[in-house]
Amino acid sequence: MATPVIAEAHAHQTNYMGVFWWLLGLTIAEVAVAYSPVPKLIMVILLVGMAFTKAAMVALYFMHLKYERSTLMLIALTPLILCVFLALMLLPDIS
Amino acid sequence: MSEAVAMHSAADAVETPLTPENWGKLGMWIFLAADAMSFGCLIVGYALLRHASAQWPNPAHTLGINLTAFMTFLLIVSSVTMVLSLSAIQRGDKRNFKKFLLYTILGGLTFLGCQAYEWTHLITERLPEAGISFTTHLFATTFFVLTGFHGMHVTGGVIYNTCVLAAVSRGRYGPKHVEIAGLYWHFVDLVWILIFTFVYLI
Repeated sequence: MATPVIAEAHAHQTNYMGVFWWLLGLTIAEVAVAYSPVPKLIMVILLVGMAFTKAAMVALYFMHLKYERSTLMLIALTPLILCVFLALMLLPDIS
Repeated sequence: MSEAVAMHSAADAVETPLTPENWGKLGMWIFLAADAMSFGCLIVGYALLRHASAQWPNPAHTLGINLTAFMTFLLIVSSVTMVLSLSAIQRGDKRNFKKFLLYTILGGLTFLGCQAYEWTHLITERLPEAGISFTTHLFATTFFVLTGFHGMHVTGGVIYNTCVLAAVSRGRYGPKHVEIAGLYWHFVDLVWILIFTFVYLI
Protein backbone atom coordinates (compact mmCIF):
# COMPACT_ATOMS: atom_id res chain seq x y z
CA MET A 1 0.00 0.00 0.00
CA ALA A 2 1.62 3.25 -1.15
CA THR A 3 -0.44 5.78 0.81
CA PRO A 4 -3.16 5.06 3.38
CA VAL A 5 -6.29 6.21 1.55
CA ILE A 6 -9.18 7.30 3.72
CA ALA A 7 -12.21 6.06 1.84
CA GLU A 8 -14.75 8.49 3.27
CA ALA A 9 -14.38 12.17 2.50
CA HIS A 10 -17.08 13.26 4.93
CA ALA A 11 -15.63 15.31 7.76
CA HIS A 12 -18.03 14.24 10.50
CA GLN A 13 -17.70 10.86 12.19
CA THR A 14 -20.91 8.86 11.99
CA ASN A 15 -22.35 8.10 15.41
CA TYR A 16 -22.39 4.32 14.99
CA MET A 17 -23.37 3.63 18.58
CA GLY A 18 -26.30 6.03 18.24
CA VAL A 19 -27.54 4.09 15.22
CA PHE A 20 -27.08 0.87 17.18
CA TRP A 21 -29.34 2.09 20.02
CA TRP A 22 -32.00 3.04 17.47
CA LEU A 23 -31.78 -0.40 15.87
CA LEU A 24 -31.97 -2.11 19.25
CA GLY A 25 -34.92 0.03 20.33
CA LEU A 26 -36.80 -0.64 17.11
CA THR A 27 -36.17 -4.39 17.42
CA ILE A 28 -37.55 -4.41 20.97
CA ALA A 29 -40.53 -2.33 19.78
CA GLU A 30 -41.16 -4.80 16.95
CA VAL A 31 -41.25 -7.78 19.31
CA ALA A 32 -43.52 -5.80 21.67
CA VAL A 33 -45.94 -4.98 18.84
CA ALA A 34 -45.89 -8.63 17.70
CA TYR A 35 -46.93 -9.74 21.19
CA SER A 36 -49.49 -6.98 21.68
CA PRO A 37 -53.21 -7.48 20.97
CA VAL A 38 -53.52 -4.79 18.28
CA PRO A 39 -55.64 -5.42 15.17
CA LYS A 40 -53.80 -7.32 12.43
CA LEU A 41 -53.73 -4.44 9.93
CA ILE A 42 -52.27 -1.99 12.45
CA MET A 43 -49.70 -4.59 13.48
CA VAL A 44 -48.63 -5.18 9.86
CA ILE A 45 -48.32 -1.44 9.16
CA LEU A 46 -46.27 -0.86 12.32
CA LEU A 47 -44.00 -3.87 11.80
CA VAL A 48 -43.34 -3.16 8.11
CA GLY A 49 -42.70 0.50 8.93
CA MET A 50 -40.22 -0.38 11.66
CA ALA A 51 -38.51 -3.03 9.54
CA PHE A 52 -37.95 -0.65 6.65
CA THR A 53 -36.73 2.06 9.03
CA LYS A 54 -34.16 -0.35 10.46
CA ALA A 55 -33.13 -1.48 6.98
CA ALA A 56 -32.79 2.14 5.87
CA MET A 57 -30.62 2.99 8.88
CA VAL A 58 -28.29 0.08 8.19
CA ALA A 59 -28.05 1.09 4.53
CA LEU A 60 -27.65 4.83 5.10
CA TYR A 61 -25.26 4.80 8.04
CA PHE A 62 -23.45 1.46 8.22
CA MET A 63 -23.16 1.08 4.45
CA HIS A 64 -22.52 4.84 4.20
CA LEU A 65 -25.11 5.19 1.45
CA LYS A 66 -26.00 8.62 2.84
CA TYR A 67 -22.54 9.88 2.01
CA GLU A 68 -22.27 8.42 -1.45
CA ARG A 69 -23.47 9.95 -4.71
CA SER A 70 -27.25 9.77 -5.01
CA THR A 71 -27.11 7.59 -8.13
CA LEU A 72 -25.81 4.79 -5.93
CA MET A 73 -28.90 5.14 -3.76
CA LEU A 74 -30.97 4.78 -6.92
CA ILE A 75 -29.16 1.52 -7.71
CA ALA A 76 -29.78 0.34 -4.15
CA LEU A 77 -33.49 1.23 -4.27
CA THR A 78 -34.15 -0.41 -7.65
CA PRO A 79 -34.67 -3.94 -6.20
CA LEU A 80 -37.31 -2.59 -3.82
CA ILE A 81 -39.19 -0.92 -6.67
CA LEU A 82 -38.93 -4.02 -8.84
CA CYS A 83 -40.16 -6.27 -6.03
CA VAL A 84 -43.21 -4.07 -5.49
CA PHE A 85 -43.87 -4.37 -9.24
CA LEU A 86 -43.42 -8.13 -9.00
CA ALA A 87 -45.88 -8.47 -6.14
CA LEU A 88 -48.50 -6.34 -7.87
CA MET A 89 -48.09 -8.09 -11.24
CA LEU A 90 -48.48 -11.52 -9.64
CA LEU A 91 -51.56 -10.68 -7.56
CA PRO A 92 -54.05 -11.58 -10.33
CA ASP A 93 -52.46 -15.02 -10.64
CA ILE A 94 -53.01 -16.27 -7.11
CA SER A 95 -56.18 -18.27 -6.67
CA MET B 1 -5.68 -2.58 -7.97
CA SER B 2 -3.69 0.62 -7.31
CA GLU B 3 -2.49 0.53 -10.94
CA ALA B 4 -6.08 0.51 -12.13
CA VAL B 5 -6.85 3.50 -9.92
CA ALA B 6 -3.79 5.34 -11.26
CA MET B 7 -4.84 4.60 -14.84
CA HIS B 8 -8.43 5.66 -14.39
CA SER B 9 -7.81 8.76 -12.32
CA ALA B 10 -6.59 10.40 -15.52
CA ALA B 11 -9.76 9.39 -17.39
CA ASP B 12 -12.47 11.92 -18.19
CA ALA B 13 -15.70 12.17 -16.18
CA VAL B 14 -17.74 9.82 -18.36
CA GLU B 15 -15.41 6.92 -17.43
CA THR B 16 -15.36 7.61 -13.69
CA PRO B 17 -17.56 5.24 -11.73
CA LEU B 18 -19.85 6.36 -8.93
CA THR B 19 -17.20 5.41 -6.42
CA PRO B 20 -13.89 6.55 -7.95
CA GLU B 21 -11.95 6.11 -4.73
CA ASN B 22 -12.82 2.43 -4.61
CA TRP B 23 -13.86 0.66 -7.83
CA GLY B 24 -14.62 -2.62 -6.12
CA LYS B 25 -17.23 -0.86 -3.99
CA LEU B 26 -19.42 -0.15 -7.02
CA GLY B 27 -19.07 -3.78 -8.09
CA MET B 28 -20.20 -4.96 -4.67
CA TRP B 29 -23.17 -2.56 -4.63
CA ILE B 30 -24.36 -3.84 -8.00
CA PHE B 31 -23.93 -7.43 -6.84
CA LEU B 32 -25.93 -6.61 -3.70
CA ALA B 33 -28.71 -5.09 -5.82
CA ALA B 34 -28.88 -8.34 -7.78
CA ASP B 35 -28.76 -10.42 -4.60
CA ALA B 36 -31.51 -8.26 -3.17
CA MET B 37 -33.62 -9.29 -6.15
CA SER B 38 -33.01 -12.96 -5.32
CA PHE B 39 -34.17 -12.45 -1.76
CA GLY B 40 -36.93 -10.13 -2.93
CA CYS B 41 -38.33 -12.76 -5.26
CA LEU B 42 -38.29 -15.36 -2.48
CA ILE B 43 -39.98 -13.00 -0.03
CA VAL B 44 -42.61 -11.86 -2.56
CA GLY B 45 -43.22 -15.50 -3.50
CA TYR B 46 -43.65 -16.36 0.17
CA ALA B 47 -46.05 -13.44 0.67
CA LEU B 48 -48.21 -14.40 -2.32
CA LEU B 49 -48.31 -18.11 -1.43
CA ARG B 50 -49.31 -17.20 2.10
CA HIS B 51 -51.92 -14.73 0.88
CA ALA B 52 -53.39 -17.37 -1.44
CA SER B 53 -53.46 -20.03 1.23
CA ALA B 54 -56.73 -20.74 2.99
CA GLN B 55 -55.10 -21.65 6.28
CA TRP B 56 -51.57 -20.62 7.25
CA PRO B 57 -50.11 -21.48 10.67
CA ASN B 58 -49.45 -18.51 12.92
CA PRO B 59 -45.67 -18.04 12.61
CA ALA B 60 -45.28 -16.39 16.01
CA HIS B 61 -46.83 -19.44 17.68
CA THR B 62 -45.27 -22.15 15.54
CA LEU B 63 -41.78 -20.72 15.16
CA GLY B 64 -41.33 -18.85 18.40
CA ILE B 65 -39.78 -15.39 18.29
CA ASN B 66 -37.59 -15.16 21.36
CA LEU B 67 -34.56 -16.98 19.97
CA THR B 68 -34.99 -15.22 16.63
CA ALA B 69 -35.16 -11.82 18.34
CA PHE B 70 -31.83 -12.65 19.95
CA MET B 71 -30.45 -13.70 16.54
CA THR B 72 -31.57 -10.33 15.14
CA PHE B 73 -29.80 -8.59 18.00
CA LEU B 74 -26.67 -10.66 17.26
CA LEU B 75 -26.53 -9.64 13.61
CA ILE B 76 -27.14 -5.99 14.45
CA VAL B 77 -24.27 -6.07 16.96
CA SER B 78 -22.06 -7.80 14.40
CA SER B 79 -22.89 -5.04 11.91
CA VAL B 80 -21.78 -2.46 14.48
CA THR B 81 -18.51 -4.30 15.12
CA MET B 82 -18.00 -4.58 11.35
CA VAL B 83 -18.34 -0.84 10.81
CA LEU B 84 -16.13 -0.15 13.85
CA SER B 85 -13.51 -2.49 12.40
CA LEU B 86 -13.61 -0.56 9.11
CA SER B 87 -13.36 2.73 10.99
CA ALA B 88 -10.33 1.38 12.85
CA ILE B 89 -8.39 0.27 9.80
CA GLN B 90 -9.14 3.58 8.08
CA ARG B 91 -7.41 5.28 11.01
CA GLY B 92 -4.53 2.81 10.74
CA ASP B 93 -5.52 1.17 14.03
CA LYS B 94 -4.66 -2.45 13.19
CA ARG B 95 -5.28 -3.81 16.71
CA ASN B 96 -8.88 -2.60 16.96
CA PHE B 97 -9.51 -3.55 13.34
CA LYS B 98 -8.60 -7.16 14.15
CA LYS B 99 -10.52 -7.14 17.42
CA PHE B 100 -13.75 -5.84 15.90
CA LEU B 101 -13.55 -8.01 12.79
CA LEU B 102 -13.02 -11.01 15.03
CA TYR B 103 -16.14 -10.05 17.01
CA THR B 104 -18.03 -9.79 13.71
CA ILE B 105 -16.93 -13.27 12.68
CA LEU B 106 -17.87 -14.65 16.11
CA GLY B 107 -21.26 -12.95 15.88
CA GLY B 108 -21.86 -14.61 12.53
CA LEU B 109 -20.81 -18.03 13.83
CA THR B 110 -23.05 -17.68 16.88
CA PHE B 111 -25.94 -16.71 14.61
CA LEU B 112 -25.37 -19.86 12.54
CA GLY B 113 -25.19 -21.95 15.70
CA CYS B 114 -28.51 -20.53 16.88
CA GLN B 115 -30.05 -21.19 13.49
CA ALA B 116 -28.81 -24.79 13.51
CA TYR B 117 -30.36 -25.25 16.93
CA GLU B 118 -33.60 -23.59 15.83
CA TRP B 119 -33.86 -25.75 12.71
CA THR B 120 -33.18 -28.96 14.64
CA HIS B 121 -35.79 -28.06 17.24
CA LEU B 122 -38.32 -27.25 14.51
CA ILE B 123 -37.70 -30.34 12.39
CA THR B 124 -37.59 -32.86 15.22
CA GLU B 125 -40.17 -31.45 17.63
CA ARG B 126 -42.11 -28.31 16.83
CA LEU B 127 -43.33 -28.98 13.28
CA PRO B 128 -44.35 -32.63 13.84
CA GLU B 129 -46.24 -31.41 16.95
CA ALA B 130 -48.10 -28.85 14.86
CA GLY B 131 -48.73 -31.46 12.18
CA ILE B 132 -46.77 -29.57 9.56
CA SER B 133 -44.44 -31.30 7.15
CA PHE B 134 -42.95 -30.52 3.75
CA THR B 135 -45.57 -32.66 2.05
CA THR B 136 -48.59 -31.23 3.82
CA HIS B 137 -48.04 -27.51 3.88
CA LEU B 138 -46.05 -24.85 2.05
CA PHE B 139 -45.28 -23.26 5.43
CA ALA B 140 -42.34 -25.62 5.89
CA THR B 141 -40.90 -25.22 2.40
CA THR B 142 -41.11 -21.42 2.32
CA PHE B 143 -39.64 -21.12 5.81
CA PHE B 144 -36.66 -23.39 5.27
CA VAL B 145 -35.86 -22.12 1.75
CA LEU B 146 -35.95 -18.49 2.87
CA THR B 147 -34.01 -18.88 6.12
CA GLY B 148 -31.68 -21.44 4.56
CA PHE B 149 -30.85 -19.16 1.63
CA HIS B 150 -30.08 -16.43 4.13
CA GLY B 151 -28.04 -18.81 6.31
CA MET B 152 -25.93 -19.67 3.27
CA HIS B 153 -25.23 -15.98 2.83
CA VAL B 154 -24.18 -15.66 6.46
CA THR B 155 -21.86 -18.65 6.06
CA GLY B 156 -20.34 -17.08 2.97
CA GLY B 157 -19.95 -13.81 4.84
CA VAL B 158 -18.18 -15.48 7.76
CA ILE B 159 -15.74 -17.18 5.38
CA TYR B 160 -15.29 -13.92 3.45
CA ASN B 161 -14.57 -11.92 6.62
CA THR B 162 -12.11 -14.57 7.83
CA CYS B 163 -10.24 -14.38 4.52
CA VAL B 164 -10.15 -10.58 4.70
CA LEU B 165 -8.88 -10.72 8.29
CA ALA B 166 -6.10 -13.10 7.25
CA ALA B 167 -5.17 -11.09 4.16
CA VAL B 168 -5.02 -7.76 6.03
CA SER B 169 -2.94 -9.37 8.77
CA ARG B 170 -0.45 -10.41 6.10
CA GLY B 171 -0.43 -6.93 4.62
CA ARG B 172 -2.03 -7.92 1.33
CA TYR B 173 -5.41 -6.20 1.79
CA GLY B 174 -6.27 -2.69 2.98
CA PRO B 175 -9.17 -0.46 4.04
CA LYS B 176 -10.80 -0.66 0.60
CA HIS B 177 -11.16 -4.42 0.81
CA VAL B 178 -12.53 -4.21 4.33
CA GLU B 179 -15.07 -1.65 3.18
CA ILE B 180 -16.29 -3.96 0.43
CA ALA B 181 -16.56 -6.90 2.84
CA GLY B 182 -18.43 -4.61 5.21
CA LEU B 183 -21.02 -3.81 2.55
CA TYR B 184 -21.72 -7.51 2.06
CA TRP B 185 -22.03 -8.12 5.80
CA HIS B 186 -24.42 -5.19 6.33
CA PHE B 187 -26.52 -6.47 3.44
CA VAL B 188 -26.80 -9.87 5.16
CA ASP B 189 -27.94 -8.09 8.34
CA LEU B 190 -30.41 -5.95 6.40
CA VAL B 191 -32.01 -8.97 4.73
CA TRP B 192 -32.34 -10.71 8.10
CA ILE B 193 -34.11 -7.66 9.53
CA LEU B 194 -36.68 -8.03 6.74
CA ILE B 195 -36.95 -11.82 7.04
CA PHE B 196 -37.38 -11.56 10.83
CA THR B 197 -40.30 -9.19 10.31
CA PHE B 198 -42.07 -10.87 7.42
CA VAL B 199 -41.56 -14.52 8.31
CA TYR B 200 -41.61 -14.53 12.10
CA LEU B 201 -43.60 -11.53 13.26
CA ILE B 202 -46.32 -10.85 10.72
